[in-house]
Amino acid sequence: MDASAHSATDTHAKSMTGADIVVSCLNEEKVKFVFGYPGGAVLHIYDALYKQNGFKHILVRHEQAAVHAADAYSRATGDVGVALVTSGPGATNAVTGIATAYMDSIPLVVISGQVPVPAIGMDAFQEVDMVGATRPCVKHNFLVKHVKDIAPTIKKAFYIAKTGRPGPVVVDIPKDITAHVADFIYPKTVEMRSYNPILKGHSGQIKKAVKLLLAAKRPMIYTGGGLVLGNGAAELVKLARALNFPVTNTLMGLGGYPATDRQFVGMLGMHGTYEANMSMQHCDVLLAVGARFDDRVIGNPKHFSSQKRTIIHIDVDPSSISKRVKVDVPIVGDVQSVLSDMNEILAQEENQTTDTADWWTQINEWRGVQSLDYAYSDTVIKPQYVVQKLWEVTKGEAYVTSDVGQHQMWAAQYYKFDKPRRWINSGGLGTMGVGLPYAMGCQFADKNAQVACITGEGSIQMNIQELSTCAQYGLPIKVILLNNRYLGMVRQWQEFFYENRYSESYMDSLPDFVKLAESYGHVGMQITNPADVEGALKEAFDKKDKFVFMNFLTDQTENVFPMVENGKGLSEMVLSPRTASRLKGEE
Amino acid sequence: MRHIISLLMENEAGALSRVAGLFSARGYNIESLTVAVTEDPTLSRMTIVTTGSDDVIEQIIKQLNKLIDVVKVLDLNDGKHIERELMLVKVKATGVHKDEMKRMCDIFRGRIIDVADNSYTIELTGSCSKLDAFIEAIDRSAILETVRTGASGIGRGDRILKV
Ligand SMILES: Cc1cc2nc3c(=O)[nH]c(=O)nc-3n(C[C@H](O)[C@H](O)[C@H](O)COP(=O)(O)OP(=O)(O)OC[C@H]3O[C@@H](n4cnc5c(N)ncnc54)[C@H](O)[C@@H]3O)c2cc1C
Ligand SMILES: Cc1ncc(C[n+]2csc(CCOP(=O)(O)OP(=O)(O)O)c2C)c(N)n1
Ligand SMILES: [Mg+2]
Repeated sequence: MDASAHSATDTHAKSMTGADIVVSCLNEEKVKFVFGYPGGAVLHIYDALYKQNGFKHILVRHEQAAVHAADAYSRATGDVGVALVTSGPGATNAVTGIATAYMDSIPLVVISGQVPVPAIGMDAFQEVDMVGATRPCVKHNFLVKHVKDIAPTIKKAFYIAKTGRPGPVVVDIPKDITAHVADFIYPKTVEMRSYNPILKGHSGQIKKAVKLLLAAKRPMIYTGGGLVLGNGAAELVKLARALNFPVTNTLMGLGGYPATDRQFVGMLGMHGTYEANMSMQHCDVLLAVGARFDDRVIGNPKHFSSQKRTIIHIDVDPSSISKRVKVDVPIVGDVQSVLSDMNEILAQEENQTTDTADWWTQINEWRGVQSLDYAYSDTVIKPQYVVQKLWEVTKGEAYVTSDVGQHQMWAAQYYKFDKPRRWINSGGLGTMGVGLPYAMGCQFADKNAQVACITGEGSIQMNIQELSTCAQYGLPIKVILLNNRYLGMVRQWQEFFYENRYSESYMDSLPDFVKLAESYGHVGMQITNPADVEGALKEAFDKKDKFVFMNFLTDQTENVFPMVENGKGLSEMVLSPRTASRLKGEE
Repeated sequence: MRHIISLLMENEAGALSRVAGLFSARGYNIESLTVAVTEDPTLSRMTIVTTGSDDVIEQIIKQLNKLIDVVKVLDLNDGKHIERELMLVKVKATGVHKDEMKRMCDIFRGRIIDVADNSYTIELTGSCSKLDAFIEAIDRSAILETVRTGASGIGRGDRILKV
């Protein structure tokens, strides 16, 4: 078999093995990269992919990283990410990656090997019930039991993964059926009576929504990951600009609205800006777009609901609507379709906007608090400063991945994302260890792009083995390690809520990251002086074809502000000591 | 409030565990769950009896609809409906119990389907509350064992759940 597999299925079906069918299906889906790791149960498939040159297989160093890389590839491109793992330990290693993608609604097809059909249930070598194990963290999964079912199942898997609310789909394939032979016919379409996502919004509801928006005095637009996933950013910008309404993004929604735009008030939520959280709390009409009122976004739901406001909610998943907060005008549908209908209806209105001058005055007053202000130091590197300089040096154009912790929040707060699909992080599951494999996925998605992985010394060690994969494929990623020698986010909570008892949050016995990087053939840099930050970043990004590992020794005591503590209302933020004392001084 | 939810799903391996898994993962109550294939062998029909506030029931229905194998979901409480459950009760049938059990069985329109030296097995169908009432009405110490199917529900008249 060769690249001709990319051509459409012809009428004379070819007879081939299950393994060749799997490979042909992936080529029919125009898959470019499969991230994987071989093992007994998938050896037939690995043999089949060796003999084709449609997609490229990327050999990672741990199955978790395969799924994360496929996930990031999808986040960056919008295409379905594909991973291939063996049965048993290969499959269970993939589970964290699958759950991570599930929580953030990322379309993936994960193919796992399984023991031969007759061995299923016999406690066979490397047997694990993958369908059972992943059931709570997939959009759907399949165990394929006959070779003739492989092609229709993979077709369905891609269809389910990318339509409606996207998500990961696992296809578990026993080894014996990859050796069986069948005619290969790849279905052109999928018909499922049990699955028909609604994409077009109800026109009556949309009209009602536009009327409400035009009658608002204190309007607010709150957009999330769904706007990015549904490629609705352009329509949203059009709507927001026409209305001149303030816009906030969730952590998952960053880039959905240009961060450097005047109408953008920053991220909202637990570590959102003062102005975003205050506007969210005090608005009278709220347009929520592809966002799910997460507990890290609205704070205490009782406190949030105590303020009266009319909520319009656009979401493709009915179960996201009125789940945590009662919604007045639900609109089930795809963001792009609904927003474009809204724009059309708005264009027909006599008055196409509403007077928001007073509201903007109020918002600008909140902006004046400057909640992201921090104290620059010329003796110790402030993590916020590194992110700001990174934004400058990369001209805001980079793909930025992050791990989980304080550095993630600083990345979100200080890198101004003007485009969707540039900010790649784990929000829902908050999986430490995603940063490096996410950067790999981005670099495969766009091989000439600048890719930066902002990470912590705790997180990076959770998938550090991927330095080897990066060497193998010559990926010129730049790792920006904000090394505070602490599990900083844990330390911050211990400082706030456990009277500074820093239980197991100190990161001791760190490797020499420079030498470690060098041992893989990468460039390593250590930066300790604030004056060197900008120069070092420039130097690193000038090495266009080199992987550079930058170890920034940062302020160990820095905390993330503002902060909405657990159980507190969205407007009850703790501001940084610096901001708080400045405000006191102004009084 | 108590709700009876009916659903049609693809008759596929693992479909039942998806529904059961959904209820346990999201902490929803299940009072009973019954499932069997329909006249169309590709479809199974399930009746779930659950309790919860209106918000919870709304989420349950939405989450059930979200399962890829689920074809249709109906909250029977939204309209007129009938529910029936089957119970088999084995009771002592000696001494005073012998006539008493026969009498109670008749009152509740049950049938004695097995007679042994010392026991009767009574078959009873009806709403869940009728079966509960029977248990309440007879002398508890006479009960040897009970087995219940859980409720099956169906809409009245024109309310039809079909693909
Ligand atoms: C350490 C840490 C701190 C955090 N702090 C914050 C914080 O301060 N602020 C914050 O916002 N988050 C924060 N988070 C992230 C938080 O946990 C949630 O992951 C995030 O808020 C969810 O974002 P979202 O509402 O945009 O939903 P997503 O998870 O992105 O969900 C997308 C929604 O859009 C819908 N959708 C998908 N596709 C479409 C489509 N085509 N059309 C219509 N709808 C669609 C989906 O059904 C879903 O409801 C933090 C996470 C971590 C790990
Ligand atoms: C796999 C995993 N384990 C544990 C956690 C809990 N956790 C959240 S943030 C954090 C600390 C991260 O430390 P580091 O990577 O150094 O980042 P920092 O907060 O210091 O910037 C921990 C342990 C998690 N999110 N993921
Ligand atoms: Mg750290």
